[in-house]
Amino acid sequence: MAANPRIIIVGGGLAGLSAAIKCAEMGASVDLFSIVPVKRSHSVCAQGGINAAKNLKGEGDSTWQHLDDTVYGGDFLANQPPVKAMCDMAPAIIDLLDRMGVTFNRTPEGLLDFRRFGGTLHHRTAFAGATTGQQLLYALDEQVRRFESEDKVTKYESWEFLSAVLDPQRVCRGICAMDLRTMEVKTFPADAVIIATGGIGAIFGKSTNSVVCTGSAQSALYQQGAYYANGEMIQVHPTSIPGEDKLRLMSESARGEGGRVWVPKQKGDKRPAKSIPEGERWYFLEEWYPKYGNLVPRDVATRAIHKVVHEYDLGIDGQPMVYLDLTHIDRETLNKKLEGILEIYEKFVGDDPREVPMKIFPGMHYTMGGLWVDFNQQTNIQGLYAAGECDYSIHGSNRLGANSLLSCIYGGFIAGPNAVRYGRENGKSSDGVPSSVYETEKKRQDELNSRLMTSDGTENPFKLWRELGEWMSKNVTVSRYNKNLKETDTKIVELLERYRHVNVSDKSMWANTSFAFTRQLYNMLQLARVVTQGALMRDESRGSHYKPDFPDRDDKNWLKTTKAYFAPDADEPRFEFEAVDISLVPPRVRKY
Amino acid sequence: MANKTVLIKIKRQANPESQPYWEEFELTWRPGMNVISSIMEIAANPVTRDGKKTTPIVYDSNCLEEVCGSCAMLINGRARMACSALIDKLDQPITLEPFSKFPVVRDLSVDRSVLFENLKAVKAWVPVDGTYDLGSGPRMTPDEQEGAYPLSRCISCCCCMEACPQFNESTGFVGAATISQVRLFNTHPTGKVLKQDRLSALMGDGGIQECGYAQNCVEVCPKDIPLTKSISEVGKDVMKKAVVDFFRQ
Ligand SMILES: Cc1cc2nc3c(=O)[nH]c(=O)nc-3n(C[C@H](O)[C@H](O)[C@H](O)COP(=O)(O)OP(=O)(O)OC[C@H]3O[C@@H](n4cnc5c(N)ncnc54)[C@H](O)[C@@H]3O)c2cc1C
Ligand code: SF4
Ligand code: SF4
Ligand code: FES
Repeated sequence: MAANPRIIIVGGGLAGLSAAIKCAEMGASVDLFSIVPVKRSHSVCAQGGINAAKNLKGEGDSTWQHLDDTVYGGDFLANQPPVKAMCDMAPAIIDLLDRMGVTFNRTPEGLLDFRRFGGTLHHRTAFAGATTGQQLLYALDEQVRRFESEDKVTKYESWEFLSAVLDPQRVCRGICAMDLRTMEVKTFPADAVIIATGGIGAIFGKSTNSVVCTGSAQSALYQQGAYYANGEMIQVHPTSIPGEDKLRLMSESARGEGGRVWVPKQKGDKRPAKSIPEGERWYFLEEWYPKYGNLVPRDVATRAIHKVVHEYDLGIDGQPMVYLDLTHIDRETLNKKLEGILEIYEKFVGDDPREVPMKIFPGMHYTMGGLWVDFNQQTNIQGLYAAGECDYSIHGSNRLGANSLLSCIYGGFIAGPNAVRYGRENGKSSDGVPSSVYETEKKRQDELNSRLMTSDGTENPFKLWRELGEWMSKNVTVSRYNKNLKETDTKIVELLERYRHVNVSDKSMWANTSFAFTRQLYNMLQLARVVTQGALMRDESRGSHYKPDFPDRDDKNWLKTTKAYFAPDADEPRFEFEAVDISLVPPRVRKY
Repeated sequence: MANKTVLIKIKRQANPESQPYWEEFELTWRPGMNVISSIMEIAANPVTRDGKKTTPIVYDSNCLEEVCGSCAMLINGRARMACSALIDKLDQPITLEPFSKFPVVRDLSVDRSVLFENLKAVKAWVPVDGTYDLGSGPRMTPDEQEGAYPLSRCISCCCCMEACPQFNESTGFVGAATISQVRLFNTHPTGKVLKQDRLSALMGDGGIQECGYAQNCVEVCPKDIPLTKSISEVGKDVMKKAVVDFFRQ
């Protein structure tokens, strides 16, 4: 029994850091691994806010209502008990963040201010300007730095997780990682491991995600035997700014503060937006969804925009874009509440959104699917936990805005203590594990690296990646057709074949980022098949998963969780299905 | 606009010990390009302007929307973030160099961990009692929030340190970012309990006294953080403390 177990946490976003804080507080020694310095994790990108039913606006909001909105928003694919636990914990999480010094916006009385977000009728979203994720991440980062100065947390920044170390009984005994400077591969023992590696946006080429969100760690674990659940559930955010290198997000808070989406009624209208009179504008979200208006959930808004652009052919200047208009709101309010995101638009597009309506279009944003975990955040591999965007547990088939930051912190707060408890109770501890277990895994990774280093094919990894992204974005996002999904899977198999002839032009053994990327690319390709095949199988429409040929939700056949596992001999995914726990809120038709 | 191109000169260095050298690249112009998207383009086709095969450029990046602080470098000689540096707004040829005051890792990537060490030294955190549920935090007026929020937006990019004439090995100066964080935590209702510790950490060599008020820091800060204001406020507190400490001796 290890009284002070050694816990490895992979990932220093909100989920990883909150797990680290809990583990350190319980007396565990924490080794925290991250590709980027943790303060630069993707969580800093989150703009809009974090949900908690604090009911400070006299609206009669409750944690039960939060649960109901969340499972209804997710079209009933989420197991309900953990969602309830999260919604119940939310108010205390906000209080804690507030105590840690997060600069949440305030009411005149000095209390926390709340804004409205999509998929609810309540003001439930706490926010710090328009850079909430940054503020939350910093608060947790500061607490972890405090533990670091007390030697309770050791950081391994600029280290990449490659794989888990599993003993012959398939129990997780540590990890294998690569130093991204010396390119050295090493194994690290642990009594329990928590994976908190975030999203998978890079599989779609361009997305709203950060560069390191490749899903490579999740994919490596899936290939080692972890279940990957609901991979087909991909959220496309209705409002992003199309860009050369990335689709920059225009947060839902823009609509939460009153932003309106419209297109000119007349096709090919060339007039500047501001000069088009009210009567000649089509506020299609407000017309189609009078109750929620511009704040319908993301999948609904995304499909509506696609319809207006692709079916009605009413995109601005014939381009796939619509207006998101804030110009009717006064400058002072905009600056106070939305400055961070308006700045992004100004910096990257060059127009002032306080003066000119923004041009936006849907972009790949978030994965609801992820590593399968039980209600304690443990994966099907004993001793291996997961939390944050990389786990599948909370959001069903569509995530509500501002619920992710919450689910990350909740996941970390559950995974951390459970990992410590597990380490205390079950660990004969890693000391008793024969060293051959570690050596075998290191050898496997070393061989993989040297094979890649010496391969002298002709395929450029970055070009392969672009092809993958184009296919995935075109066929596996908003509208899915079985024929296209099949073709996409065939394409990925072709890319995997071409990957065998990949050319790593940089042979250096020092800070070789393109080598690291090439390694990740393989994992992205494997995971892309899970996403694509999962979508192919699910012949219904539910939440973000929309098949025009199967337009309705089919609870009889598909109210179940998709679980993919890797078949090593066939080198491809296999699938199982699991019933969804709907013990709290009976499924009803989702109609906004 | 056919065949319009972009000319970029990049200072490269294979590892911390080796000599730097320059390579030139010519890319096809596209609307909306920025410095990072250009370096990505080079990775997909790593060939120099004179047709020589080379390797992709090593650099740091993550968010691509100027909020993670990764991609700082010298662009046409100025310390700034590469992801928000739009090609159309830069004079060509565009020169890219790694920061000069931090150890080069490789090419444009440098080691900026000194800032994180400094943040540890000044205890840049609110010392909460624990993470169990202790009710809500201290009340704050909207004015107080509006004062703290800009300071808390620092992305630890280190542009302010690179640009500062006083930030060098001989002074060991902590730099503006750390001082500004001290101001943030010293004004927080709970954070101020460590105020004296933080001020002590900023006294003496390498502390706030090294600042010559050259204001280069404010000019380059991508988040428009009021750094000179922070320096003068914290400077006053450090002075006060020095006087009090002196009479207590
Ligand atoms: C632009 C944008 C805006 C958003 N706004 C909101 C919002 O307003 N509200 C909301 O609730 N949600 C929002 N989201 C979603 C939310 O930001 C993310 O889901 C959340 O931050 C994910 O946090 P995380 O801790 O799971 O992972 P991340 O923050 O992505 O962190 C992942 C960590 O894992 C590390 N890592 C990854 N792979 C490896 C590896 N192989 N080895 C070692 N380390 C690794 C990384 O270095 C990083 O530290 C937004 C998302 C985007 C893209
Ligand atoms: S005011 Fe000048 S000397 Fe002081 S920190 Fe800023 S740049 Fe450096
Ligand atoms: S103060 Fe400004 S320039 Fe300095 S590290 Fe922070 S954001 Fe960068
Ligand atoms: S990549 Fe994050 S600041 Fe430029």
